[in-house]
Amino acid sequence: MSDGASPAKPLPPVDPGSHAYWEACNSGRLLLQRCAACGHRQHYHRVVCTVCGAGTLEDLPASGRGTVRSFTVIRRAVSAAFETDVPYVVALIELAEGPTMMSNIIGSSHEQVAIGSPVELDFERRSETINIPQFRLLE
Amino acid sequence: MGLRGSTAIIGAFDTKVGKIPERSATALCVDAALGAIRDAGLILADVDGLVTCNSMAQPYMYHAEAVAEYLGIRPRYCATAAAGGGATFTVMYQAALAIDAGICDTVVIAMADSLRTGLSREAAMIMQSSSGHPQYETPYGATVPGYYALIAQAYLRAYGAKPEHFASVAVSGRAHAVLNPAAEMQKTITVEDVLASRLIADPLRLLDCSLVSDGGAAVVLTRADRATHQPHKPVYLLGAGEGRGHEHISQASSLIHSSARQSGERAFSMARLNPADVDFAQVYDCFTPVALIEMEDLGLCGEGEAGDFFLRGDGAPGGRLPINTHGGLLSHSHPGNPGSMFALTESVRQLRGGLGVRQVKDANVGLVHAQGGILSSHCTVVLGTEVVL
Repeated sequence: MSDGASPAKPLPPVDPGSHAYWEACNSGRLLLQRCAACGHRQHYHRVVCTVCGAGTLEDLPASGRGTVRSFTVIRRAVSAAFETDVPYVVALIELAEGPTMMSNIIGSSHEQVAIGSPVELDFERRSETINIPQFRLLE
Repeated sequence: MGLRGSTAIIGAFDTKVGKIPERSATALCVDAALGAIRDAGLILADVDGLVTCNSMAQPYMYHAEAVAEYLGIRPRYCATAAAGGGATFTVMYQAALAIDAGICDTVVIAMADSLRTGLSREAAMIMQSSSGHPQYETPYGATVPGYYALIAQAYLRAYGAKPEHFASVAVSGRAHAVLNPAAEMQKTITVEDVLASRLIADPLRLLDCSLVSDGGAAVVLTRADRATHQPHKPVYLLGAGEGRGHEHISQASSLIHSSARQSGERAFSMARLNPADVDFAQVYDCFTPVALIEMEDLGLCGEGEAGDFFLRGDGAPGGRLPINTHGGLLSHSHPGNPGSMFALTESVRQLRGGLGVRQVKDANVGLVHAQGGILSSHCTVVLGTEVVL
């Protein structure tokens, strides 16, 4: 940081089990998993179905639609990298397919966000290989 | 037979809390351990079990072993708690099992940390927010108050609750703290004061958030037949239960209920007691809404009713069911993982009796609850005097 550049936001430590997920994000697609044995849908990528225990999981492209299950407005940044974003919204998004994931809600004032607000998927490029899934309020 | 009443706490000790720059986290842990051993009327050589939790300010790879070495003891049973606040009582439960199984006789459980002066503010923030999932949560920049605010917002929505309900938890805890000279916060506050404090993560305000402290506390747990000829009357472990849901809040099946339901049911079942039998309770108040959810999940309040319970003053000194009689994490102290230990030592003192103005009348059954993660891992303990044994 001696060159005066702003500190970087955290990148996810990609592992062999999440490689497919983050690779899809990198090309602008959000993947869930569907269990071939029982049909359960889950986020995030695992080697096991959390309902039936089967190991037969298939990638399921998400529609990118969802609603705000809960949210908060962060007034005090977690680290220097987020300071210029304050106030920013952290939310739990209930995806149309069922699973919940965490995200920011970008591109609108925090006053417009409410539980139940419909949202759609967007991405925030954070590095050459990391494209972070984000959500915007649906107009 | 089972675990009910087979072990008892015979020693309890708190270090000073607040800012203690002259003591390392390790020294605070040792101070707490030695204080509890002295309180029990024992010497170090009487202890054959040691349980600690790791420190953020002065971590060791194997913390309990490092503290044993520092103390110069060679315990037969040694364990480090490693799952946040909830693990505080989980390890006591496990220590009781070890004693009951004959693995050891007398265990000191000592926990301390220096979050206030042993870490920079930035380091403390990052350390604590590392509870987020590194791939699916941390990239979004939530703070610990932010994670809990997701629960708070859902609670407001589910029950039509108001920020006043959250505020009343802080007001109640502060009323207890003002009666306890050992508590960090000594100035009475009102609901208006809480609502006028600055927003940290909506809807949570500064006074909805617990303290950041240095300090430590310890207890000595021993077999019940060894507990009766010591300086203080024994406080029996009557029931303990654990419950786990998610680890990361984005994986929680519910935002307004927790596995405190299961941990509470299991603890009451072992104790052969009901929520109505409890004379006081210490719940985990890292943020005000957490206390409401726990009160409801533990069966101490009806669903959605805990806010009104606190607003009426039912949990305050002299109330129907005093809650967090030392002041809690909101007003006594919160040195991180050791935070719940002060709820435990306070419960021991309440059940021994003689606390003067802040003594809960006819206190024979106390409930202590802790959670770790983000409303993730729960442990409930029911303690009692000889009267309910």
